[in-house]
Amino acid sequence: MTNHWIDYQHSDVIMAIGVNTAENHPMSMRWIERARAKGARLISVDPRLTRTAAVADIWLPLRPGTDIALLGGLINYALENDLFHREYVVHYTNASYILRADYAFSDGVFSGLEGGKYNTQSWQYELDDEGRPLQDPTLQHPRCVFQVLKKHYSRYDRDTVCKITGCNPADFDKVAATYCATGKPGKAGNILYAMGITQSTHGTQNVRAIAILQLLLGNIGIPGGGVNAQRGEANVQGSTDMAMLFHLLPGYLNMPQAKDHATLADYLAKETPASGYWSNKPKFFISLLKAWWGDAATADNEYCYHWLPKLDGRNRSHMAIFDAMQQGEIRGMFVWGQNPAVGGPNAEYERKALEKLDWMVAVDIFETETASFWRRPGVNPTDIKTEVFLLPAAASYEKEGTVSNSGRWIQWRYQAVAPPGQAKSDLWIADKLYKAIRAAYQQDGVFPDPIVNLHWNYGGEGEEEPDIEQVALEINGYDADGRPLRDFTLLRDDGATACGCWIYSGYYNDLEDPPAKRRIREEQGIGTNPDWAFAWPLNRRILYNRCSSDPRGKPWNSQVPLIWWEDGQWRMNDVPDFGWKDILPEQSAKAPFIMLPELQARLFSPTVADGPLPEHYEPVESPVKNLLSSQQHNPVVTFLPCLGKLAVTDEYPYIGTTYRVSEHWQSGIMTRNSPWLAELAPEMFVEISTRLADSLGIANGDKVVVTTPRGQIQAVAYVTRRLKPLAVNGQMVEIVGMPWHWGYRGLFPGDSANVLTPHVGDPNTSIPEYKAFLCNIRRA
Amino acid sequence: MANIVLIDTRKCMACRGCQVACKDWNQLPAGVTKFRGTYTNPLTLQPHTWTHLVFTETDQGRWLFAKYACMHCTDAACVEVCPLGAVRRLKNGTVWHDADKCAGCGLCVEQCPFNVPRINKFTRVMGKCTGCAERTMNGLQPACVATCPSGALEYGERKELLAKARARVEELQEQGFDQACLYGETEMGGLGRVYILTRPPAEYGLPENPQPAASAWFWRAAKGPLRKLASLTLVSGAMFSLLRWRAERIQGKRGDQKAV
Ligand code: SF4
Ligand code: SF4
Repeated sequence: MTNHWIDYQHSDVIMAIGVNTAENHPMSMRWIERARAKGARLISVDPRLTRTAAVADIWLPLRPGTDIALLGGLINYALENDLFHREYVVHYTNASYILRADYAFSDGVFSGLEGGKYNTQSWQYELDDEGRPLQDPTLQHPRCVFQVLKKHYSRYDRDTVCKITGCNPADFDKVAATYCATGKPGKAGNILYAMGITQSTHGTQNVRAIAILQLLLGNIGIPGGGVNAQRGEANVQGSTDMAMLFHLLPGYLNMPQAKDHATLADYLAKETPASGYWSNKPKFFISLLKAWWGDAATADNEYCYHWLPKLDGRNRSHMAIFDAMQQGEIRGMFVWGQNPAVGGPNAEYERKALEKLDWMVAVDIFETETASFWRRPGVNPTDIKTEVFLLPAAASYEKEGTVSNSGRWIQWRYQAVAPPGQAKSDLWIADKLYKAIRAAYQQDGVFPDPIVNLHWNYGGEGEEEPDIEQVALEINGYDADGRPLRDFTLLRDDGATACGCWIYSGYYNDLEDPPAKRRIREEQGIGTNPDWAFAWPLNRRILYNRCSSDPRGKPWNSQVPLIWWEDGQWRMNDVPDFGWKDILPEQSAKAPFIMLPELQARLFSPTVADGPLPEHYEPVESPVKNLLSSQQHNPVVTFLPCLGKLAVTDEYPYIGTTYRVSEHWQSGIMTRNSPWLAELAPEMFVEISTRLADSLGIANGDKVVVTTPRGQIQAVAYVTRRLKPLAVNGQMVEIVGMPWHWGYRGLFPGDSANVLTPHVGDPNTSIPEYKAFLCNIRRA
Repeated sequence: MANIVLIDTRKCMACRGCQVACKDWNQLPAGVTKFRGTYTNPLTLQPHTWTHLVFTETDQGRWLFAKYACMHCTDAACVEVCPLGAVRRLKNGTVWHDADKCAGCGLCVEQCPFNVPRINKFTRVMGKCTGCAERTMNGLQPACVATCPSGALEYGERKELLAKARARVEELQEQGFDQACLYGETEMGGLGRVYILTRPPAEYGLPENPQPAASAWFWRAAKGPLRKLASLTLVSGAMFSLLRWRAERIQGKRGDQKAV
């Protein structure tokens, strides 16, 4: 999130789109209720009347996968009705930048499409003689970003949007008027999103559309505003920060590519922008190499850069890994706190792919469906050669360490109880594993250097638990004498500092009183609680906070001032996210987005793989034609070779969508093994409208079978008025809603919804399209 | 001084944290349930489920949520009828049930207008919400209140919370909930669980004008002598089997969802 949970209390309007905040993030409702006590409104955009929609002031049902159409409609509404925040847009965004003359968009395709990929050259700014982008602060130039944006979204008029999304026009008007009213200076609109937005073949663009709307309405960098991703697991923010994604290193540094980054100098030259805070990248990167290889990393050996694995240009995301496994390219696998046999798309395909492994090590607190794929229903264990090891892990309360919440707050958690039996903490397992591998390489092995020279000093002799504080210190960063660094502004690119994740630097800078362990409630203030845990970066609670005040430094909302200029000096309720020392307001107003080379926010983004502006495309499996262009789906969508047959409407007429419920968590392996929770939601069910149920002769509580070309599942039908067919361009479209928490293991087993979902993904992130696919349903 | 729990259904998002917190604090076992075409589960209160969330889909397409448990009535029918004094009203308003004294006779089951008490057929003991008296007598909130994330549940002094509740109803009416109302202010002499509702009580399945069953007068009158009888061990054996027989009859009659 740009903001944080407690900050929701300052919102005037909260729009939850592609997120079920009440069900999946119940604590959020505490702060949303605080805001509502002051008159705020909650809008829920969701195909189903969820628990969020039930308590919301406005519920807007829309067809799964059509978020860009809706958000584009809202962008158009704000622009057409002059509800956008002009002063904010002119000063803090790239609205005034003039684009190159060869930028074009026609019939759903941007200029530069070549062989299934975009060449982004024509999406760049027109530059002056000195290489600076040309600008028109009056926003009149026909090629300025503002005019291009306006023209692009003029096609998203209300009627078109409602035809695509299935929204009722009157409801659309209500949402548009309510939400776009936050464009008024001093008003705060907050957009919450989660997997309903991201799990799409245009997921990145869905998020971009949210960001554009928020920028136009002046809702970024202000209390109560923001683009707020609610992360679905307690520490998924932390694992993203720590580079659980294949293309990243910790702290959002790109993974080196073998082709482009042969040497450290190549990497730094190509990856470091000339302006913006990322110009410090060499300091972050070299400090990371120092953290990993310690004294072995020197200027002479390029800080061991050549010991880092490099990407070979192939997609190595989740779906691609299983494809490679299916091809026999992967022989062994660690599955650590993950359950792809339930959570992965096309789950039965992924289970089958596991059979190709020679060995698998599963580390989890229960025997998951993945760990037991070799004895799943319908297979004969003797046919499967994979050797499977199950290492029992400690649960979160049985070990010590931090979790990073969606608001970027890194909070220390202490061990409450010892793990049962032979269960061990992840750190213990990783430590012993490393030491065993190192011992093996010390004997013999190909290219042992990166392994045997790893800087690994966390104690943990023999059976002992390693010292997690040493890990924390490494992540925080330390100087040549091993003293913790105050923060990342002290990092150096000459090997004098080490730091395991630059954005975390400062969270553990005092070994006696580390900020991540602090628990001091704010006595008075606006809820930033600076002494409660540590928010990366630099304990900053709201990102881009220069935008909370006008260019002269006067807060847009003086009731909740964040950082403002008063009596000739900066006053602050947060850590500034801009250069402020000895810098006057007007000057700092020119650079409120320090992470971007432009230093201003991008309404138009020249770097996104599938276009500089979000455009509506149908999900890869959709029951209708794209009404906006003849480009049916995202032209650069990630298709995986294993995809197989896509569903067609004749055989699979209904939209399938997956989601979670309050009572279960992710693949359900923890909650289905917890009797108190399983009692509340004991069986796999699917939700269908009364109309669909009537037409198929399905009664509430009947057993049904849901099918797609990938497979079929059984479930109990929940016939409900909470899910209504939507009128899409005159055609009634039915939706089959299904939670994805069940699998064949645990106390309360059931079929997995992901047996049905396809292997297609977003071109930027390869996230699978779980939220909109085609299916059929019948009585069992 | 009587305390109550104020339940603001407008703020309740049906997370069921309260339902689980109750089981956790009171260490009640889980039942083996089925999905029966509604999120409500178990469908009714059980000997080991003392509170549950009731999800109601209305014809107008609304989805209403209300936490349901013993109401801790001021004029509690169960207290009136219990021949063994196993149910009594504590000073802070809690209707407390003493399992050690309970014979599982089921008189309370029949009398309660809210269909709350349940007899555990194995232990022969009635089970219902105890109001977490052991917590509230020691300065803590009931477990359900302490866990509620959204602030839908509040525990406190009856007068104060009623004033707050009235203001809240007015506020909701101003917001367009023209049917917003209070429930529990006067029912059964005043309930220890007061609801702020946005729709008429019947839509949540709450009885419009709750009354103890008609035979309550008999038990009220008979209670004194019966109690004396029960204390005579000889007689009490016979009494117990009589009461047990009644309990079985009631269980058969109610046909609640089976949970093991
Ligand atoms: S804990 Fe609170 S919000 Fe959750 S179901 Fe219970 S009363 Fe409702
Ligand atoms: S609700 Fe029923 S069990 Fe609870 S106090 Fe009232 S009469 Fe007794």
